[in-house]
This record gives sequence, structure tokens and C-alpha cells, in this order.
Amino acid sequence: MARPKLAEFTSANHPVRRIRRIKELLIEAVLFAAAASSVFVTLGIVYILVSESLPFFAHVSFTEFLTEREWTPLFAEPKYGILPLLCGTFLTTVIALLLAIPLGTIIATYLSEYANARAREILKPILELLAAVPTVVYGYFALLFVTPLLQKIMPNLPGFNVLAAGLVIGVMIIPYVSSLTEDAMRAVPGYLREASYAVGASRMQTAFRVVIPAAFSGISSAYILGISRALGETMVVAIAAGMQPNLTLNPTEPAATITAFIVQVSLGDLPHGSVGYQSIYVAGLTLLILTLTFNVIGFALRKRFREVY
Amino acid sequence: MGERVVFDRKELSRRQLKDYIFAIMSLLALGFGLITLLLLIIDLASTGLGRIDYAFMTNFPSRMPEKAGILSAWVGSLCVMFTTALAAIPLGIAAGVYLEEYAPKNWITAIIELNIVNLAGIPSITFGLMALSIFVYKFGFGQSILTAGLTLGLLVLPIIIVTTREALRTIPSTIREAAFAMGASRWQVIQHHLLPYSTGGILTGVIISLSRAIGETAPLITIGALTFIAFLPTSPFTEEFPFVTIQWIKDPFTVLPIQMFNWVSRPQEEFHVNAAAAGVILLTLTLLLNGAAIYIRASFRRKIKW
Amino acid sequence: MVKAEVKNLNFSYGEKQVLKNVSMPIYDNKITALIGPSGCGKTTLLRCFNRMHDLYKGAKYDGQILLHPDEVNILARDIDPMEVRMRIGMVFQKPNPFPKSIYENVVYGLKVRGIKRRSFLQERCEQSLQAAGLWGEVKDRLNSGAQMLSGGQQQRLCIARALAVEPELLLLDEPTSALDPISTSHIEDLIVDLKKTVTIVIVTHNLHQAARVSDRTAFMYLGDLIEFDETSKMFTTPSDKRTENYITGRFG
Repeated sequence: MARPKLAEFTSANHPVRRIRRIKELLIEAVLFAAAASSVFVTLGIVYILVSESLPFFAHVSFTEFLTEREWTPLFAEPKYGILPLLCGTFLTTVIALLLAIPLGTIIATYLSEYANARAREILKPILELLAAVPTVVYGYFALLFVTPLLQKIMPNLPGFNVLAAGLVIGVMIIPYVSSLTEDAMRAVPGYLREASYAVGASRMQTAFRVVIPAAFSGISSAYILGISRALGETMVVAIAAGMQPNLTLNPTEPAATITAFIVQVSLGDLPHGSVGYQSIYVAGLTLLILTLTFNVIGFALRKRFREVY
Repeated sequence: MGERVVFDRKELSRRQLKDYIFAIMSLLALGFGLITLLLLIIDLASTGLGRIDYAFMTNFPSRMPEKAGILSAWVGSLCVMFTTALAAIPLGIAAGVYLEEYAPKNWITAIIELNIVNLAGIPSITFGLMALSIFVYKFGFGQSILTAGLTLGLLVLPIIIVTTREALRTIPSTIREAAFAMGASRWQVIQHHLLPYSTGGILTGVIISLSRAIGETAPLITIGALTFIAFLPTSPFTEEFPFVTIQWIKDPFTVLPIQMFNWVSRPQEEFHVNAAAAGVILLTLTLLLNGAAIYIRASFRRKIKW
Repeated sequence: MVKAEVKNLNFSYGEKQVLKNVSMPIYDNKITALIGPSGCGKTTLLRCFNRMHDLYKGAKYDGQILLHPDEVNILARDIDPMEVRMRIGMVFQKPNPFPKSIYENVVYGLKVRGIKRRSFLQERCEQSLQAAGLWGEVKDRLNSGAQMLSGGQQQRLCIARALAVEPELLLLDEPTSALDPISTSHIEDLIVDLKKTVTIVIVTHNLHQAARVSDRTAFMYLGDLIEFDETSKMFTTPSDKRTENYITGRFG
């Protein structure tokens, strides 16, 4: 057996070893660059939204932006009040969450605490298909199925309305809420459950009094993700809610969200640097600030209630 | 001694009943989701399935609904998906490997990780706004397949990073130790062991990300892709040496979801039928991709048991 | 003849000191057993020999392990842990074959060193499997998956994998703790057989095993090396009260 042959490679100054060490360092550098690039995506988004919005505020005051009750940047006499768009965004999001959070939480509780492994393995991927359906298909569904269905109950409901859009978004985000909630609940160690069962608690009591409180931080991230998705959802509202900015809290009226407005402007001809061009960046920046605010809240909640088992 | 807690059978059966009612409620909730999905599929198929024929697949869009087809849309979707995959897969896997296998525990890593969580929650339309400013105008890529592919690539990057990390995490540390103990370098451990053993998980992530990208509409509308496209991108094959070209990457395009959006926003019912037909195809593709992902995940889990 | 020498070794993980001033020799072509109750630091000491702790954050070495004949301190900062691991092999508590073929498992260490010649790899594969007493059982299915083997066979495969690169020192970390009694006795016979060609350090929880296979034994307790002596002497006339209490089963 050729012992020196092997020993040769183990010598620290052998050229093969030195090349290998340089190669290792190079690979690590490349991989680090890939990981770091994701930060530049975020920085890029923030930088672009801010820098393209700044010219807008050169001729629109911040007070007008926040207090004006109309948003008509493309009219001959433009008005620049973000309130109607914010209102539409909040309205659709609230409707969606009113549907998705209770349903998502109940489903997660069932899958985590009641269903057996087999049922869970089948039901979870099927449920997740709800989040896989393209949003434009959901838009079609909201406009041409849900709205006509709702019109049977509410004959005065207009063809474009916030209610149908919000409900469909709600269905769409159920899996976001339920999957992450279930993950968080299943991460709660079995001994906590056993302790609860051992004093005679029922499944429901164990789920609601022991498991859910213990999984609180994970569940809060599930809700935050659901909120982010609902806030940023575009196609469903653009198709089914009409694209008319409308300062109302009545879900049976048509309204525009921030995202729908961006779509509406993008559909037209959009000269670089025009007011229309600037206004979609202002709208986008507002949306980004909204979602980031919720993400920061979620981060704070996770930090504060981090589970230590 | 104080008062004794008495065993109360009535109280017990009350709790049993509550438990039972909750189980039924949750099944109803689950059923609501699944039935909605089913209704959506039935509604779409009953309207659109009959419209799908050879002509529909091979015609360009048209002002006349009965003559309109999705040729440029599905070819465009294919080209955009290809570009997206090319941009996102290497970058996403590399980033995932770095974060799971190399990253030291310091503030830089913490920022990168926090950023990826955040990125997944940023509305897709803001990616489109960034792309409009950077790719379309600053880099001069125009409203091209390249712009669309890069935009969607960045959008799905977090999905690939997260699934790559999850896949690597399921490999037990004993395997890493075994390889290191044999004198393997870090990259050798990754190349020989970690990547091959996590192929299933990574592949699942890649497919899920493509299924997300294929249905994505909003960011592409933002970069100005909603135009009337009645031609195909340049063919990748040429008569002259080297017989292939990537000229197509600079061409304008349309994709399936944009075509569907275009049709669904028209008032005429005939166009709605076209929209449903495009939707059937889009939905089929998405469900097939997701089905493949579920299958691959399950079969790899069966193949390698730790 | 001394193969390796531990000199004033202190080791800590984060704030916690796990090894306290350990010094001992490892004799050439002998089997050295490390024994002691859980948490005594015996596995930690073993994992210092091939710098396994370097894979995790917070490991701090202080002191030396000299590897003879070249008297290199394998704990030195400027020594790449990869080099150490190329000279010192290890077999783990739980069999951990790679989910690859039997052949790929055995020749892995050679491939890592850049050796590609097929005839050499095949020859070395057979030699190593033979040395590990597994050749007869697997020679017809070298290309089938290692995970098809039984636990005991898997552990012998791991031994073959370590032997294939001719380590100067072989570390065994409770190699039979996950195995049934028959596989255990198989492996014990193998270990005794192997000391003709390789120096072995074995961590074991099983006192009888230490008595059966080893030439020298080190008894450790709470990070201290209490006693180091010839195995026969240690098990009959221990000089320290704690050693006596441990081997007579009063604690541990």
C-alpha cells in the first residue's frame, strides 16, 4: 500500500492543497455574494420608490397628500389625496381578514390537534392549492361568479364591488394563515399537551388554553403574512372592485385600492417622469410603508413572545 | 380541608359536546375552503373548456373574440419562465447554501435573514415598480422578456432560498460529521453530500416558485407589458453559425395571465369565455406544477430515510 | 512507542470548561479506552483528536495534542482541521453511512483526496472491506445502497470507510452503543484485530467492553483525567477511590 502517496496530499504546503484552499475561499465569497444580493433587492426597492416619489412632493404638499379627500392625478384638475386609496385598501383587507383569520385558525387547530397524520398529509397540500391559484383567476372568479351570487341576496349590488373582492382575497389567504399557524402549533412540545390532558382537559381546552398561547409568536407571524398578502393583493381588486377611487367604508360600493390604482395607471401610456409615472411610485411607497409597518409589528411580537421550550 | 372538587358527569359531557361541536365546525371551515376551490374549477371549466381547441392555441389575439387565441401568450409565458428560472435558481440555491452552511452568527447574517423574511412579505407590485425604473429605463432593457424574467426571478428568490435551507436542514449533522471526519472540505461536503441529498426539497422549491411566477400578473403590468402582441419572439435557432441566438430575450411579449386579464376586463361576454379558457390552461399548469412538487417531496422523503 | 501525546489540554465550549488540564500518552498499535460517567468529557476529548469541535461555534482549545513521529501539534491554529482529519479517522456512535452505494462509501476518503484511478480505488475498497470483515457479505452488491445493510454491517462499513485512507490513528466513539449484542461482539473482535495495523482510541460506556478490548484505560470524571493505566491494572487495583467506585458500579 502506498502510504507516502497519501501523506503527500496532507502536507500543508502541497500545491494541490493550496489551490484547494483558494478554491474554498472563492466559493465562499461567491455564495456570500448571492446571499447578500437579496439585501440589495430590498434596498433597490426602497431606493427606487423613494427617489421616484420625491419629485412628486416637489409640487404636492404633504398636507394635501394626507388630507385631501379625492385622488384624481390624471384629471385636468388633479387632486392628490391618498385617503380614498387607503380606505379601499383597508376595506378589502379587513373583509379578507374577517374571513381568513377565523377560518385559517380553526383549520390549523383542527389539523394540528384533531386530525391524524394521514389526514393532515392529504388535506394540507390540497388546502395550500388555494394559495397557488393565480390571482388573475381569482379576479375572474370574484367578478363573474361571486358577485352574481351575492347579487342574488343583494339585488342592488353593483357589478364592481369591494365585498366580492375582499371575500375572494380572504379565501386566497386562508392557507397562508392556516399553514403557518399549524406549524407554530405543532412546534409546541408534546409534554405541554400531556400536562394539560393529564389534569382532565378536553382537546379543545388543551388547544385554546395551552397550545395556542404557547404558539402565540408563530401564530402572530402567520397573521402578519396574511395581512401583508391582503394589503398587496392586486389583480382581484383590479378586476372585481372597479378602479374608481372612492372614500367610503361601504363594502357594497366599487372602490380602488393602492394596487388597483397602480395597475390602472400602468395600463395607459406612461411617459417616464410624467405626473402619472410619479404618482404610481408615491402609491407604491405608501403600500410599502404599510406592509413594512405590519412586518415590524410582527417582528416585535415574535421577539417579545419568542417561545422557549 | 376546604371544599372537595366533585367529579361531575354533567360537566364532563358538556365539555365532550363542546369538543365535538368544535370538530364539526373545523370540518365545515375546511370544507368551505375546499368547496370554494372546487366551485372555482367547475365554474372556469364549464365556461372555458369548450373554447379550447387547436385554433385557440395557435391563433394570435384578435379584436374578434371567436378568432382570438393564446399563441403569443403561452410562448411568452414559456420564455419568461425560462428566464426566471435561469435568474432565480442559481442565485437562490447559492444564497440558501451560504446561509445554512457558511454564515457565521453575526449582524450581517442577521440582516440577510431578516431581509429574506421581509422580502417574502413585500407586495409583488412593488417589484414591478422597481423593475420599471431600473430594468426598463436605467438599464434600457425595455419591456422585454429579460425585464420580465428578472423581475419574477427576484420575486420568487425568497421561496427558493427558504426551501433550499429547509432541505439542507433535514440532513442530520451526523452525515456532515462523517464527511468532515474523512477529511472533506466544506465545499466537498456540500457538493458530494448536502446538495445531492437535498435535491428533492430544492426541486420542490424550484417548482413551487415557477408555479408562483407563471400566474403572477401585477408586476408585469407595471413594467408595461399589457400590449397587443400579435407576433412571436425571435426564434432561438438561426441559419448561420452558431445556430442559436438569445435575441428573443430582448423582444416584447405577453403572457397567459396578462392575456386573461385583458379579456376579463372587456365588457363582452364572448371575451369572458376566452378569459375562462385561458384561465383553464393557466390553472391546469399551476395545479400540475404543484402536484409535481407534492409528488417529488413525498417520493424523496420515502427514498432517503435518516 | 508513543503515537500521540495529550499535553495540558483544556477545552471549553462557550463559557463552560469541559476538559481540565488533561495529559496522557496514546501508545502505538495499542487500544486506549476512555471511560467515565456521562458528561465526564470522554467524547469531547476524543473529538479533539480530529478537530471535530471546529465545526461548531464557541469551541476553544488550550494545550497540545502532539502527533508523532513529526511531533506536530494538531490543535495549533495554523493547522487546517482538514489535514488533521486526513491523518486521523473516526467512527461515530450511530452508524452514519452516506446514502450512496457501498463502494462509494468506502472510497469516499480517497476521492476527497483527489485520487481517481479506478483500479487503485477498487483494490483499496476490497482491502478495507476485508479488514473490516465485511467483504464476504457485500462483495456481490458493492453498488447497492449502504442503507440496505443492517446496523452492525453499516457500522463495519463505516470502519472500512475510515480504514481505506490508512489513518494513523482511529477514533471510535462508542461504536457499539447502537447495536445488538451479536453485532457488538463482531465489532469487538474486529477492533482487537485492527490494532496490528492501526492505533486506536475508543470511548465506551460499557466497562466490560473496555476491559475486553483495551490495553490502556483512562478514567475521566467531570472533565478531569483521574487515572490512566494499563487496563488489567486499572480494573484490578485502581489507585484512586473514584475509579474504584466507578468500576465497581457505585455510581455512573
